[in-house]
Amino acid sequence: MALLELRALCKNFGGLAAVNNLTLDVQAGSIISLIGPNGAGKSTVFNLITGIYAPTGGSIVFEHRTLNGMRPDRVTAAGIARTFQNIRLFSFMSVLENVMVGRNARMHASIADSALRTRRATREDREVEHRARELLDFFGLTSYGSEWARNLPYGMQRRLEIARALASDPRLLLLDEPGAGTNPAEKQALMRLVQSVRERGVTVLLIEHDMHLVMGISDAVHVLDYGEQIACGPPDRVRHDPRVIEAYLGKGA
Amino acid sequence: MKRVLPLVIIVALAFVPLLDRNASHISAYADTGGLVLLAFGLNIIVGYTGLLALGFAAFFAIGAYTYAFLASPQFGIHLNFWPMIGVSAAVAGLFGLVLGAPTLRLRGDYLAIVTLGFGEIVPQVLQNLDKWTGGPDGIAGIDQPRLFGFGFGFNPVPYYYLYLAIILVSLWLLNNLRHSRIGRSWMAIREDELAAAHMGINTTTAKLAAFSLGAAFAGVAGVLFAAKLSTVSPSGFDFNTSVMILAALVLGGMGNLPGVITGAVIIGLLNFLILPQATNWVQTLGQQMHIAVLASVDLNQYRFLVYGIILVTVMLFRPEGLIPSATRRAELHAEASSGAPAQADG
Ligand SMILES: Nc1ncnc2c1ncn2[C@@H]1O[C@H](COP(=O)(O)OP(=O)(O)OP(=O)(O)O)[C@@H](O)[C@H]1O
Ligand SMILES: [Mg+2]
Repeated sequence: MALLELRALCKNFGGLAAVNNLTLDVQAGSIISLIGPNGAGKSTVFNLITGIYAPTGGSIVFEHRTLNGMRPDRVTAAGIARTFQNIRLFSFMSVLENVMVGRNARMHASIADSALRTRRATREDREVEHRARELLDFFGLTSYGSEWARNLPYGMQRRLEIARALASDPRLLLLDEPGAGTNPAEKQALMRLVQSVRERGVTVLLIEHDMHLVMGISDAVHVLDYGEQIACGPPDRVRHDPRVIEAYLGKGA
Repeated sequence: MKRVLPLVIIVALAFVPLLDRNASHISAYADTGGLVLLAFGLNIIVGYTGLLALGFAAFFAIGAYTYAFLASPQFGIHLNFWPMIGVSAAVAGLFGLVLGAPTLRLRGDYLAIVTLGFGEIVPQVLQNLDKWTGGPDGIAGIDQPRLFGFGFGFNPVPYYYLYLAIILVSLWLLNNLRHSRIGRSWMAIREDELAAAHMGINTTTAKLAAFSLGAAFAGVAGVLFAAKLSTVSPSGFDFNTSVMILAALVLGGMGNLPGVITGAVIIGLLNFLILPQATNWVQTLGQQMHIAVLASVDLNQYRFLVYGIILVTVMLFRPEGLIPSATRRAELHAEASSGAPAQADG
């Protein structure tokens, strides 16, 4: 059984089928890419998985649990973390605090613990800070720790979002165009980072616009177009699929 | 320096009643302490969590009347003052929960309207349930605190120290909260609620906690208010009071405790000391010079004009408040230059 299984997943917005009948397996330990042109429905798939929208039909099963309609905070607690296509950091909190917030799902301190600064709360906070600093280290963000998130260079903000997501120790990480808006060198560096995240034991589902970028690192690629899955399989096969070429280059090309 | 300054201020504040022997001054300082507590409460809701709550004085009223019901001849119940601080905080906090549970799901502007309505309803109810509340006259003869056999009575000095002590304890609690799991959750919600939910924060619970805890602070302020005055009436908790609390936050700088205190102290002194004093002076002057207009002037009536002028001035020259959190300062100066924040895409 796969770590994540999407079965006949559908999402309609009024008359628009943003995701139509999508079936997809994410095996534990893999990097799976979701590609497709603008408006294909890629982000909507993520929004369905993390509970921003409830599916119109089909099912989302993660580690034997059905996630359909589950609230985002529960989904995170269940072991899925994500980044956003348009960066959504906590702009006016420090870089360190952003990552510490990311750990929230794994924390236990009650409000009373926090208010009274009980031993349990201070110990937990120290641990969380320690882990957050480790993550900052891993992502080369150490020197920015006390800066506000909004003051980071754009590429660093993208990294910080990934660090924040990893703070919850997810089994599955959803990355929505982590390289968007960065230059080719930064994109390459990000892809290496994605691989090292997988080496840490985190399974990755990756949305990317640029097909060529993900070919080298993906175990499987799924191609969406107008909400439909038009191809899936190992990168080399997908790359040469005539329907994929058509979707990317446009009809008549 | 950063650690010494607060200590110096605390010690200085402890000496105030020894240096200033005027009872009406001390009374005004104590009332200002009440405004500081109210501003602390509203700051959790508005400053930390970013929820716009109006009509906050309703919780102040609930705290005051809870004590008035349970420690006065009204029902012949005379519970001890000290545990009643906690009880009234809990009752006000519970009302916060009950009001917040259905409304915190609403978007910001609706929350403002619902809380505004609540702020109007509570004094109305207190006015009209006259069988229990004494109607517009309120409840008199409320018990005053005793400590080790010493009765506080109407002497403002012990109340002054009581406010000072409670403010110090509150500061410790609030500072702990601010730098903890829940404090970070509140701020994350303020910054981006959807992203906060994706951190595993149950945003509804966290917002409810902020709302309820803020209300509890108002409840504590209510008990102290009722005990010091020994009487309560609905008119003390109207919209004007809510505006005064919000004005203190805006003036001092939301989200930052030194700013909140500064704002509350300025508005409090203006309201409880400076305007009444100035009224006296002007009236005396008017009587001596036989100018009827001056002799009968009441500057207290113009206090909203004065708040208005102060707030407009602050908004024009220092929109982040006098002592803002670094955050708000940057926020207000950044958005003008870099345009709207990233748009939601889910
Ligand atoms: N909340 C919404 N309400 C209505 N329509 C929506 C909503 N969210 C997405 N859509 C529509 O669903 C379709 C798929 O959008 P989605 O954002 O999933 O595309 P995408 O593949 O991520 O595109 P891009 O590469 O541009 O990010 C689009 O036509 C979009 O306009
Ligand atoms: Mg997208």
